[in-house]
Amino acid sequence: MKPSVLLSVREAGKAFVHQGQPRWACRDVSFDLYPGEVLAVVGESGSGKSTLLRLLAARLACDQGSVHYDLRAESENEACGLADLADLSEARLRWLARTDWGFVEQHARDGLRMNVSGGANVGERLMALGARHYGKLRSRAVSWMQRVELDTDRMDDLPATYSGGMQQRLQIARNLVTHPRLVFMDEPTTGLDVSVQARLLDLLRELVDELQLAAVVVTHDLAVARLLAQRMLVMKDGQVVEQGLTDRVLDDPQHPYTQLLVSSVLTP
Amino acid sequence: MTALIETQALSKTFTLHGRGGLQLPVFAGINLSVQAGECLALTGHSGSGKSSLLRCLYGNYAPSSGVVRIRHAGDWLNLSQAAPREVVEVRRRTLGYVSQFLRVIPRVSTLDIVADPLRRLGVGAAEARQQAAQWLQRLNLHEHLWPLPPATFSGGEQQRVNIAHGMISAPHVLLLDEPTASLDGDNRRVVVELIHAARAQGSAIVGIFHDEEVRNAVATRTLDIEQYQNQTRELAA
Repeated sequence: MKPSVLLSVREAGKAFVHQGQPRWACRDVSFDLYPGEVLAVVGESGSGKSTLLRLLAARLACDQGSVHYDLRAESENEACGLADLADLSEARLRWLARTDWGFVEQHARDGLRMNVSGGANVGERLMALGARHYGKLRSRAVSWMQRVELDTDRMDDLPATYSGGMQQRLQIARNLVTHPRLVFMDEPTTGLDVSVQARLLDLLRELVDELQLAAVVVTHDLAVARLLAQRMLVMKDGQVVEQGLTDRVLDDPQHPYTQLLVSSVLTP
Repeated sequence: MTALIETQALSKTFTLHGRGGLQLPVFAGINLSVQAGECLALTGHSGSGKSSLLRCLYGNYAPSSGVVRIRHAGDWLNLSQAAPREVVEVRRRTLGYVSQFLRVIPRVSTLDIVADPLRRLGVGAAEARQQAAQWLQRLNLHEHLWPLPPATFSGGEQQRVNIAHGMISAPHVLLLDEPTASLDGDNRRVVVELIHAARAQGSAIVGIFHDEEVRNAVATRTLDIEQYQNQTRELAA
């Protein structure tokens, strides 16, 4: 039994105009992601990895190539199966982003609504799906806060009163409450204390496993890639220089840049 | 008898781009085939490439040329050309590896680390933990250590966690990189018994055993890696 592709990327690229000249932030990126697979995208800052993530999540449009996603039928008269994101309506993309996808921002503040309570942040996506029963919304919010190890006594507090690690866990709960099949993560652990980072990584690893999530995780931290992802993609100057099984890429890097990257890591 | 893992003209050379493309030949032209119930011991002085060969067999190192084939779900699969998800699947269901060092995941208990391969095969949490407990008991790891992450364990304790983790799912092909190096005599004997049991169940085993007594006890034949190293040198010269 061959599982079907969830996300199919072909020669995708994005150019920004700089002093009248187009400059490719990323180009010629191709890969297929299957359900339950976690892919890490690594590279130094400016390598184009965050731009790539935005292309995949349809937050930016491709200037070259395409991104196809395996749509779930949400009503009978709508297309399902692999569809080019460029062909989807704004409304359909918004629907995807709210239900079947998650997007975990590096700065939790960018992914949370800071002016509503923690509990409301978790419930919001459910409300977008039409859930209105207050008691049910609240109990779903409670159960997700517990799952990401947040103190439910704090659910009526504003996220601004949470610590950085708590905000990040709240953002994860907010994203996962609709049971997405694909989650995009942009440096999810960067900027957190090491102990907080370890706890968050462990939590992510468990959730990804348990929910059989597919994920694309942008990170510059190779240890994060090793812990979370089965496969990885190494970017330099907007292009993929090497990709493959995570432990193969890290333990036997082939490309000069990957070798440099791996040999530059300090191991405590 | 059926072969479960084989290589053809397998070669490995490291290219160090940071050193001006320096070539480090490890071995060349290895043909091997290991059948169900066999235990092939790799021999050769340290640095001769035994561990590199095991890593190639596990898909952890990319061969420079040649192929590694493994029998997975009834068919031969070319491990060197398989997609990452296929390698993950082969490792989940068919191929086990006991490395010299344990890669510790922060916060995860020893019992859960050992139970994990069974969990990935769909075994329920309680059942997986119970079997994990039996393995740890068999390997004489004190019960008070089970709830702890193994980061602070001694070398010998970590090695036994590693063995239990690598063998609990009874993989058809088992790679062992000095599984007894840091163990005392009693525990070495336990590991020898476990290897015998795996062979009796029809596993194909490839291992590195520095301890001669252990090697003599478990190996059905040996392969001297150094002969392939000489070949590499000639090719490089």
